[in-house]
Amino acid sequence: MTTTTDAGITRAEYCVIACAEVFRGDGEVMASAFGTAPALGARLAALTFAPDLVLTDGDAALVAGVPPLGAPPADLVLESHMPYRKVFDVVWSGRRNLIMMASQIDRTGNQNISAIGDWARPTAQLVGVRGAPGNTVNHPTSYWVPNHSTRSFVEQVDVVSGVGYARAGAAGPAATRFHEIRAVVSNLGVFDFGGPDHTMRLRSAHPGVTVEEIRSATGFELDVPAAVPETRRPTDDELALLRDVLDPRSLRDREVAP
Amino acid sequence: MTDKRLSLDDLVGELRSGMTIGIGGWGSRRKPMAAVRAILRSDLTNLTVASYGGPDVGLLCAAGKVKRVIYGFVTLDSIPTDPHFKAARQRGAVEATEVDEGMFYLGLLAASQRIPFLPTRAGLGSDVLRVNPGLRTVTSPYDDGEELVAMPAINLDAAIVHVNRADQRGSGQILGPDPFFDELFLGAAVRRFVTTERLVPTDELPAGGPIQTLSISRLLTDGVVETPGGAHFTACVPDYGRDEAFQKAYVAAAGEPDAWAAFHRRFLEVDEAGYQRAREEAAAERASATDGGGAR
Repeated sequence: MTTTTDAGITRAEYCVIACAEVFRGDGEVMASAFGTAPALGARLAALTFAPDLVLTDGDAALVAGVPPLGAPPADLVLESHMPYRKVFDVVWSGRRNLIMMASQIDRTGNQNISAIGDWARPTAQLVGVRGAPGNTVNHPTSYWVPNHSTRSFVEQVDVVSGVGYARAGAAGPAATRFHEIRAVVSNLGVFDFGGPDHTMRLRSAHPGVTVEEIRSATGFELDVPAAVPETRRPTDDELALLRDVLDPRSLRDREVAP
Repeated sequence: MTDKRLSLDDLVGELRSGMTIGIGGWGSRRKPMAAVRAILRSDLTNLTVASYGGPDVGLLCAAGKVKRVIYGFVTLDSIPTDPHFKAARQRGAVEATEVDEGMFYLGLLAASQRIPFLPTRAGLGSDVLRVNPGLRTVTSPYDDGEELVAMPAINLDAAIVHVNRADQRGSGQILGPDPFFDELFLGAAVRRFVTTERLVPTDELPAGGPIQTLSISRLLTDGVVETPGGAHFTACVPDYGRDEAFQKAYVAAAGEPDAWAAFHRRFLEVDEAGYQRAREEAAAERASATDGGGAR
C-alpha cells in the first residue's frame, strides 16, 4: 500500500515500464526477457514504441503479434522456427536484446548465475554460467533484480558469468566490440554504467523509494547524480494495455509486492 | 543390411569405466533416461559426462558414477537446479568443466568436424577462462587481429540421445520442436547410440512428420534401443510432456536421506520395465490421493 502512488500505480508497474524502456529504439531484434517484469516490459514495448521487436514463444519459435503473459500455446501464432542451435546464430550476429536475471551484480556490471562462494567448491551451486559469457560480448544485455539488497548488489561477484565493462576492457577489442550492458532494473530503481570508468550509476528511483534506501541496499559505492529523477510514470494507455491485455491476472504483483 | 537393434544391457555393455560420455537433450527435455537408469544399475564408474545438463547429470552424480561434468548449466527447467548436482558440487564430489552453452556447442561441432578447436567471442572476459586454466585464446591471422577464445573439441568416447521414432538401421526422427544438439553429440562420439520411443519400419518414418524431422541419419548411429517412456520424467513432446509431479517428488526425495533411499528402492533398483510400472503406480496413487481429497 505504501508503495502505490496517488495514481494507484504499483511498484511492479514501474518495474515493467523501466524494463520496456530497455527496448526503446530497437528495430527488428529478438527480445529475450527472463522474469515477469522483463517479459511484460518487452511485450509492452512491442505493443507501443518498439513495434518491430521479435518475441519468442519461450520454446523453439518466434511468435507473431504480442501474446499476453501465460497465453496458452494453442493461442500463439508461430512465425519462424528458432531452436537453440539457431538461437546461437542470433546471439552471435547481435540481433538480440536481452534482459537476464542476476543472482549477483557488481559495480562494473559483472553478473553471476554460476555459484556463490569459491567456484571450486561453492557454498551454493546455482544453475551455471549458461549463455551469459557469450551474450554479454555479442549483443546488448540488461539485468533484472527483483530483490535489490547488499546480497545481490555486491562489490565483486563470486563468479563472472555475464561480463562487465572492466573485464571486457581487459580482455581486449574482441570483447568490447559488441559489448553493452544497457541497464539494470531492480525493485528499487534503474541503473546504468554512466559512472566514472563505466561504473554503476543511479539513473532513476522508483517513486516511493529514497536515494538513501537504494544506497543502503547496495553493497558498493554507487554513482549518484546531484539530481535523481523518478522512474517515469506509465501513460494511461500503457497502464490499460498492461492491466487489461498483457497481465490481467496481475502476475507482476507476485514478483514485486504491491 | 545392418540391424543395429540392441537391448539396454547391450548398450551399457559397450561402455567402459573412465569413458567420456555425451548425453543428448537439454535440461529436463528429451533425455535418454532409460539409458541413464541402466548406467545407474551398472558397475560403470569414473565417467566424464558432457551434457546440456538435467536430471541425467543429477542422477549419475548421486550414484557416484561421475568423475567430471562438462556443462554450461544443470537445470530441471521448471525447477532451476538439480539437487543432486548441487549437492555433489557443494561437497566437492565431482570435478567440473563449466563453459558457456555456446562454447559447448562449438566444442561438439569441432569434435564432429575433427578439428582441434573453433574460435568464438563467448568466454572472453568471463570467469570461464579463470576456472578452466587449460582454455587458450587464438589470434586471428587476418588484418583484424582479434583475440578470440579457442574452444577445444569435446571428443566423446560415446554418445546417447533419445528420439521419438527410429528404425532398426539407426535413422532417427525427432518430432518435437527442437532437435537440440543431438546430431552433434553423435557426430562428436566414437560409439553412438540412439534410444527411441518406438521402432518403426523405415517406410513408416516419413509419415510421422516432414523430412526435416528425420534429423538423425544412420551415418551417425551404431546402435538403437527401443525404450517406450525412455525419456521419462523429462519431456518428450509430442509423445508426452514432462512429468512435473514426478520431477517434484524426485527433488523432494533428494533433500532427505530416508526419502531418497525409498525413491531409490522403488524406482532405481528395478529394471526398466519395473521402473515404468512403478512410475505408473505412483501416478495412480497421486491421482487417487487427489480424488480422495476432493471427495472429502
